[in-house]
Amino acid sequence: MSELEQMYREVILDHYKNPRGHGALDPADATAEGQNPLCGDEVTIFVRFGEDGETIDDVGFEGRGCAISQAATSMLTELVKGRTASEVASLPKEDLLEEIGIPLTPIRLKCAILGLGVLKVALHRAKGTPLPPEWQGLADDLTI
Amino acid sequence: MAVSSAKALEVERLRADFAVFDELVNGKPVAYLDSASSTQKPRQVLDAMREFYEHSYANVHRGVYTLAERATEGYEGAREKVRAYINAPSNREVIFTRSATEALNLIAYSWGLENLGAGDVVVITELEHHANFVPWQFIAKKTGAQFAHIPIDDAGELQLDALDEIAARGNVKVVANNLVSNTLGTINPVEKLAVWAHEHGAIMVVDAAQAAPHRHIDVQALGCDFLAFSSHKVCGPSGAGALWGRRELLDAMQPFNFGGEMIRSVSLERTSWNELPYKFEAGTPAIAEAYGFGVALDYVSEIGLDAIEAHEHELVVHAMEQLAEIPGVRIFGPPADRRTGIVSFEVANVHPHDVAQILNWEGVAVRAGHHCTQPLMTRLGVAATTRASFYLYSTHEEIDRLVAGLLKVKETFGA
Repeated sequence: MSELEQMYREVILDHYKNPRGHGALDPADATAEGQNPLCGDEVTIFVRFGEDGETIDDVGFEGRGCAISQAATSMLTELVKGRTASEVASLPKEDLLEEIGIPLTPIRLKCAILGLGVLKVALHRAKGTPLPPEWQGLADDLTI
Repeated sequence: MAVSSAKALEVERLRADFAVFDELVNGKPVAYLDSASSTQKPRQVLDAMREFYEHSYANVHRGVYTLAERATEGYEGAREKVRAYINAPSNREVIFTRSATEALNLIAYSWGLENLGAGDVVVITELEHHANFVPWQFIAKKTGAQFAHIPIDDAGELQLDALDEIAARGNVKVVANNLVSNTLGTINPVEKLAVWAHEHGAIMVVDAAQAAPHRHIDVQALGCDFLAFSSHKVCGPSGAGALWGRRELLDAMQPFNFGGEMIRSVSLERTSWNELPYKFEAGTPAIAEAYGFGVALDYVSEIGLDAIEAHEHELVVHAMEQLAEIPGVRIFGPPADRRTGIVSFEVANVHPHDVAQILNWEGVAVRAGHHCTQPLMTRLGVAATTRASFYLYSTHEEIDRLVAGLLKVKETFGA
């Protein structure tokens, strides 16, 4: 299989064309929005917790982006459902990348982990879970 | 300088000046279709810079020794080349900056902070590059001035009938516009805007970053007050740009940065500024880059801007015809006769990043993104576009490879 065929393998295109967890959750217990400054792509993540207030019961997303960012965020929703906020806050990006399972250049890596970063920001805001430095840029919102 | 071309542009001979075209990307010769972003560099520029470093390099202006004299001569010689290239009245009005972006920031800060206030209106356009948009947005907010934009129509051309309504909002003080849109290639009616700006007592600021490499620039014919462009888009090195401004405006402005050559005298009580253009050139400038900038201007001038413009027009006509035949491809912007060698487009249901990624596997380099024009993306109703852009070394064959690559994109995505 060529590198190209690997990157756009069937499972990626399937998640891109039929994204899981697509759509806003209203009401949501946690939400955040983030952009990829490289291309202007945006993703908004919505989270609902279960009765314990910790376990992620449902997660949805809205936004626009490339096949890699959309498929990765779709896979992310499946990966985190049923986990607690603190588990997801400390979830290494490698776990998601393993799930995606394709070779990524540094630039496309940013596409792949945008949704995960935004989810971490949402949890940080709603639950005060730690936000490691590598994700803090997404939470900054300095405007003129 | 030896340029491998007669007046009619001979693209194959010119390509021999660019070693990069021997480069293979994914086993294929690179088809570089991203010149609007930055241009490739001919050996004439690279050789001249190396020679400058090896035989004529020292810091400029200060030394009394031979190397410093040579360096100063090279640096000031480049200033004269920039002046001639844009037909500026005097080389004292030509300021070297790091980039066109820095030049535009210089105007916004040094002129804008002193001259704008409540009741004033700063006018930009909907297709402005962020570099000529955000500095004005920022300074308008700082000074309490209004920030107004000239909208575009669906073809990506400025709607000048909006000007009356904008003028009614207050005292128009600045009109800032790019001569050519970096995203759509639209050639904007800067001369008309300059007349309108002056009727209202405003200054006309022109971002020529995307125009200067491709068309004759004459600041006197444009009737503008400031004009900025950069070296790296015209076959020169990155790290150098130029600002031209009217003498009386530059004289009345405070410096943008402080220190180094911009100083006349400093005491504990007061500091005075050096004369133009040095007042605006703080710190050691990009000396060899400015020199290379001048060599690059010689290079394109010897080929001839008329020949370059005609060549790019042929390419853009070919590209637009070919792209229009691919189902699902939508081209943004005006017809070929009102644009330079830039084509922004979308492929239905495929994100531009994915388009560019797949094209890269075919060795075709295009830009995918918002091209630093997010308000324009919003107006077009897209997050990003794919952009192919051409220069003097681009070929029909490269465009055909782009088209073949797009068919592969559609096949990959089943689109």
